[in-house]
Amino acid sequence: MANLQSDFVGIKSPNPFWLASAPPTDKEYNVRRAFEAGWGGVVWKTLGSEGPPVVNVNGPRYGAIYGADRRLLGLNNIELITDRDLFTNLEEIKRVKADYPDRAMIVSIMVPCEEEAWKAILPLVEDTGADGIELNFGCPHGMSERGMGAAVGQVPEYIEMVTRWCKQYYSKPVIVKLTPNITDIRKPAAAAKAGGADAVSLINTINSITSVNLDTMSPEPSIDGKGSHGGYCGPAVKPIAMSMVSEIARGADTAGIPISGIGGITTWRDAAEYITLGCGNVQVCTAAMTYGFKIVQEMISGLSEWMDEKGHTSIEDFRGAAVPNVTDWQYLNLNYVAKAKINQDLCISCGRCFAACEDTSHQAISISEDRVFEVIDGECVACNLCVNVCPVEDCITMEMMEPGTVDPRTQKVVEPEYANWTTHPNNPSATAAE
Amino acid sequence: MTQSPFSPGVAAGRLAASGYAENFSDLHPALDPHEALVAADRCYFCHDAPCITACPTDIDIPLFIRQIATGTPDAAAKTILSQNIMGGMCARVCPTEQLCEEACVREAAEGKPVLIGQLQRYATDHLQEKGIHPFSRAAVTGKTVAVVGAGPAGLSAAHRLAMLGHEVTVYDARPKPGGLNEYGIAAYKTPEGFAQAEVDWLLQIGGITIENGKALGADLSLDGLKAEFDAVFLAMGLGGVNGLAVEGGDKDGVLDAVDFIADLRQADDLSALPVGRDVVVIGGGMTAVDAAVQSKLLGALNVTLAYRRGRDRMNASTFEQDLAASKGVRIMTHVVPVAVHGNGSVREVEFEYVNDDMSGTGQMVRVPADQVLRAIGQTLEGEGLPDLTGGKIAVTGAGRTTVDGVWAGGDCATGGDDLTVTAVAEGRDAAMDIHASLMG
Repeated sequence: MANLQSDFVGIKSPNPFWLASAPPTDKEYNVRRAFEAGWGGVVWKTLGSEGPPVVNVNGPRYGAIYGADRRLLGLNNIELITDRDLFTNLEEIKRVKADYPDRAMIVSIMVPCEEEAWKAILPLVEDTGADGIELNFGCPHGMSERGMGAAVGQVPEYIEMVTRWCKQYYSKPVIVKLTPNITDIRKPAAAAKAGGADAVSLINTINSITSVNLDTMSPEPSIDGKGSHGGYCGPAVKPIAMSMVSEIARGADTAGIPISGIGGITTWRDAAEYITLGCGNVQVCTAAMTYGFKIVQEMISGLSEWMDEKGHTSIEDFRGAAVPNVTDWQYLNLNYVAKAKINQDLCISCGRCFAACEDTSHQAISISEDRVFEVIDGECVACNLCVNVCPVEDCITMEMMEPGTVDPRTQKVVEPEYANWTTHPNNPSATAAE
Repeated sequence: MTQSPFSPGVAAGRLAASGYAENFSDLHPALDPHEALVAADRCYFCHDAPCITACPTDIDIPLFIRQIATGTPDAAAKTILSQNIMGGMCARVCPTEQLCEEACVREAAEGKPVLIGQLQRYATDHLQEKGIHPFSRAAVTGKTVAVVGAGPAGLSAAHRLAMLGHEVTVYDARPKPGGLNEYGIAAYKTPEGFAQAEVDWLLQIGGITIENGKALGADLSLDGLKAEFDAVFLAMGLGGVNGLAVEGGDKDGVLDAVDFIADLRQADDLSALPVGRDVVVIGGGMTAVDAAVQSKLLGALNVTLAYRRGRDRMNASTFEQDLAASKGVRIMTHVVPVAVHGNGSVREVEFEYVNDDMSGTGQMVRVPADQVLRAIGQTLEGEGLPDLTGGKIAVTGAGRTTVDGVWAGGDCATGGDDLTVTAVAEGRDAAMDIHASLMG
């Protein structure tokens, strides 16, 4: 079995699966059970300043988006940071960490954007023996209206400033959690780096309304007929999060900063993908909230099995392996020509490829009297839509055309050399290739 | 005296009261809303879907399933009923495993088709239980049409004609409308008075008068109808039953399966219905299976379904054959009855084993029987009908007979399988042709 041992900015955990700062990590009872279930670490649900705890709504906190058979694809929430007393949390953190020294214990913090506030709480957290802190600059609702959470995360200068305070008043690793509710994720990441952050974690949740009740005209989740944008998470946000992760992993000002990946991680495969995009570990929330803590067992066994199969002996072996392959559109090889191919043995003749291609794409699939569907190579631009709508895995594949063959659509010979838009004759600002 | 399955002879009350309720409950219980959503989610919304092609009434199945999946079952019902006004009954009795569900691409993909029949029932029940009739009549045309037979073909035609604004009178020989839906289909396929409820719902369109107890030949003549109405649609089904032309074929205890089923369907108290300890059903069609299974469910100890060819040649679908077997019916194949033995009442049926080509083998077998149900085919009865072909009214196109102004459909006419859904399609299509002809 592959070694899943994780060392993230010096914080060790038996596997790279941490529970993200969220309801599953709100108290000792949950965290102990999570550790017993096998989670490598937790980021304790966000602590606020000393004083009266925050108040949550007393109606629904979550809204959902479903796929077939009510499979939960996306979840949003309007819950705030912990609504339990600061000192109760701190005592519990200390106890649990003492009992589980091999697990990662990170404390998420959100206090006002004032140096005194951070100076006050950081020693208290330091005293718990936790392994590090995560700065919650992400929550898009409630706290942001009080100048915290996303209100800080959307201003790179504040991020840098607060990070600097944390590095000043706290001795262990500082992870800055980023909000995706911004235009360019590289800016806050660079600010965190400039402030001395040991790592960034992303993404926090996305501003969202999951649905509107057509009877009451209230957004969901509805509190007495009104709704507020909540933070969206779950499998639906994974593509957005992975793109942001990759931008940081390959950004000129951000490359190299350790990343803790968050966003819709539901299976070992999701985790592996995040790691190949440069993440040192991953954080999970929605999957645990959907299925319970036990899912970590599948994540551990799946990742381990895949690593064994690929010959990877540690997480570091493949971390970032996909980063060099993330590029800008202008550098994609325009001489790469593919054609869709339908495997007639696997085809169940549903005709979805035909409907999609005929109605919305390039009219490149034919239908016969007896419902045999075939690709018309002379029309196929290899857009992949047929593959995407086909219900049978691997029934339709994109086959690369060998150099030297003639593309029946363009009547041009497929060139063996790589050539991209920057040198393309149609590009007004093309740089001469010759 | 208390009877049991072991009581010899023909006896009623072989089961405890609860046994009847259990045995004759819904064969396929209705899907609940969650089950319907799960089932609907499995539909791929195929292009030019094979299930539509396989449906004799061309229901847009992917559309209605998507309408269920998106929470609008009444819209789904309208999609179904606009093509097939008896979509509720067809959802219950269609051999879907040979039609839409056989064609379903998920049958090809994983051997588990989308539950089209049950979803159709979910949608139509949802609408009909609310008493909603989603169609309304066009302006009255002043044209009149006589329909003979209030079965699926006749009612389907009547509804379509009435909807188009014509005045329709439906004549039926039986005391109630519904035809085979009311009298000829196994009780467990349409429990709780559904057949009658569906007729009542269908008649909400208006413009349809039903006259029961009026049979063509006895009470009506085709010439008379032609003179009185602008058009006539014949849909009286097959009223005659082939006899058992063997020695002793007229002994007590030898009955027509269709009568047995009709009695069962009309019985208020199933425990009062007599059934043999040893029942032999002769035939291989849906009627034979319905009679055999229901004999068993009434408490018969031994039920044998005897068919002259192999199982692959039976008209009853594989599903029906398996259903019979699962209920404990013994299916004997390659046997032809040669004699019915017994002193006044039947005691045994003697069969000869025959080869695939029906040639005799000379080997005989006797099967104990105190009740014999004949299900060896039905015939068209009546005189003065349009020309026949193969014992049925010859039709071309959308049910046009050899007589001007007279159309025919359903079991009494040529073309199509003798299925409820086929009858509905034929009635609908004949109605459209009648309409075109009347308004042309």
